[in-house]
Amino acid sequence: MSKVRIMTGNQAAAVGATLSGVQVVAAYPITPQSQLAEIMSQQIEGGKLKAEYVRVESEHSAMTVCISASTVGARVFTATSANGLLYMHEQLHWAAGARLPIVMCCVNRGVGAPWTIFNDQQDSLSQRDTGWLQIYCRNNQEILDTVIQAYRIAEKVYVPVMVCFDGFVLSHTMMPVYIPDAGAVRKFLPPYKPHTILSPEDPRNINPVLFPGRRENTEGVLCDGYMEMRYKLFAALDGARDVIIETDEAFAEAFGRRHGGMLWEYLTEDADVILTGIGSIASEATVAADLLREEGVKAGVVGIRVFRPFPKEDVRRALRKARAVVTFEKAVSYGYEGGLCSDLKAALYGTEVKAAVHGCIAGLGGRDVKARELAEAVKASLADIDDGRTEKTLWLNCFTG
Amino acid sequence: MPDIWEYEESDMSKRDDSISAMCTPAIGEAGKTGDWRSSRPVIDHSKCIPSLKKKPACFLCWLYCPEGVVRANIPVEIDMDYCKGCGVCAEECPSKAITMVREGATDE
Amino acid sequence: MKEILWHGRGGQGVVVAAQILAEAAYLAGFKGVTSAPAFGPERRGSPVTASSRIAGEPVRTFSQIEQADVAIVLDDSLFKVVDILNRLKKEGIIIINTAAQPDQVGIEGCFEVATVDAVGIALKHHLIREGAPVFNTTILGAFARATGLVSLEHIERALEGKISRDAVARNFSTVKDAYEHTVLRQKAQS
Repeated sequence: MSKVRIMTGNQAAAVGATLSGVQVVAAYPITPQSQLAEIMSQQIEGGKLKAEYVRVESEHSAMTVCISASTVGARVFTATSANGLLYMHEQLHWAAGARLPIVMCCVNRGVGAPWTIFNDQQDSLSQRDTGWLQIYCRNNQEILDTVIQAYRIAEKVYVPVMVCFDGFVLSHTMMPVYIPDAGAVRKFLPPYKPHTILSPEDPRNINPVLFPGRRENTEGVLCDGYMEMRYKLFAALDGARDVIIETDEAFAEAFGRRHGGMLWEYLTEDADVILTGIGSIASEATVAADLLREEGVKAGVVGIRVFRPFPKEDVRRALRKARAVVTFEKAVSYGYEGGLCSDLKAALYGTEVKAAVHGCIAGLGGRDVKARELAEAVKASLADIDDGRTEKTLWLNCFTG
Repeated sequence: MPDIWEYEESDMSKRDDSISAMCTPAIGEAGKTGDWRSSRPVIDHSKCIPSLKKKPACFLCWLYCPEGVVRANIPVEIDMDYCKGCGVCAEECPSKAITMVREGATDE
Repeated sequence: MKEILWHGRGGQGVVVAAQILAEAAYLAGFKGVTSAPAFGPERRGSPVTASSRIAGEPVRTFSQIEQADVAIVLDDSLFKVVDILNRLKKEGIIIINTAAQPDQVGIEGCFEVATVDAVGIALKHHLIREGAPVFNTTILGAFARATGLVSLEHIERALEGKISRDAVARNFSTVKDAYEHTVLRQKAQS
């Protein structure tokens, strides 16, 4: 029987990982992820979860433990934030290159220097090119459900998945969450089968040095070179779109909730202007859309759920009727603009979709963003677009003078 | 919180051998390195201690060979398919039984 | 949607009370409830806030509350250090833990004022932990009385989900007492 509990985002993630039957957890505590690491260790030490909690001295080691455990066939879980994630950076590439279905929660937090413990998404978005799938959540129910979905996706495509949610905004905010039935989760999520079994009877050297060219082994088999391996990872992420959508559908069938697959839409059908964002800011944008509609502006929202693989077909379809798009991003690519804004424009370039795209940087380091402020920014953008200004980056609620 | 997840006996068969890069340990997996050699070791069995004493002794060439291509037999043998010609064996031989000879020159 | 701001000091149980209120409101049939501490580090004794939202539909906003419908003040010494009324709607309800009557707390005009001696009630029921009275749950009784958003029964059931049976009985007796002894002053007629 599924039941409702009022819980924080960190608790929801921990319930998701526990229901997924993780076997090895290695995590190093960092604000705002700490509660999540604490609950996992309590669950294991208290005998509620049959798993090994490996205490490590750093995030780099946490990911190394996950890589090793996943390689030998364990379902593994870890979580981190901000500078902790950045300290893992090298091992993130390794986990993806080794094609290990590790699931990690990134509890999004701004990156130092200067120090901040508060929320933005610079941490995970700066890890865009590590080869991990990135799924972002807009509320605590989605966190719990997405952790479970993430294992099914990861273990099908053999690519690690980062489940990201906004620090404090979701990690520390309590709200009602349906806890799915453990038996139903087991049915939804079959046991993990590693792609390679290491055994003394059949020894192998995994991830050895590869060369620019392909290579014939002693049995005369032509083996992939480095570039072929890179292509396979690229193709795996490209193909993950279908698996992500199929998984969300299967989840809806089993549990009665769907989260949009690659992206979710709010009042987009007749929308003249569409607000887009990643995570909780996109949820706030739905309230802004309501406010705009009260004023006669036909506004809708596209929430980017999956950032990698980028939902290129999906945004083309969702934005096809819009005259204007405004992105609200809690991260920035220094020297250019918000990464979502760039990716979105690239996805629309040369297609039928002719919407002007304006970018808004908002909420860095926990700066509060209210729905009415989003709505004001949209109205200002619409006026600029009417004046023929097709490109713009605005820093919302920031004294830039 | 949910009950303990009980695993059924899972099917541990492998799915796809070529998803990640790997090689199996096999002779010659990295290519025949013997052709890297510019000079080769030649053993004078009239000086080599195991050959003289006709029993397992010394074998320092076997111990020091960085490539593992020396076989501790009587007489001592070197696998020329993989010997890179580094000369460590000749340097370490206490009875000066091993000489490094330029490739292309005769053994004598 | 009703927005509630809690004002207290680190260690007085503001966050837990906000959580129990969220549970009670969910049990009362509100599908959308959120409850959050003011984000960031917290220290014992420092002024802290928490916020709750109660709505018929799931809550989609997570930004800071600007103007609350209800303010709950667990420590009346905070009036000297925090501008509590500035973040309360002009027609809003303010619930204060104090032995004073609503007319004696120096709040003018347009607000509805409710006072309850939560500390006195907690002491009367021997609800004491580590030498200090526990009154964060007590004040929920005043909230139920002043707002009518949740009933005593919902608060009791919410407590049952959080603490032991014995603790529920002791906490709930103070909740009932607070409900009965809350003094209300309707906003002044303008």
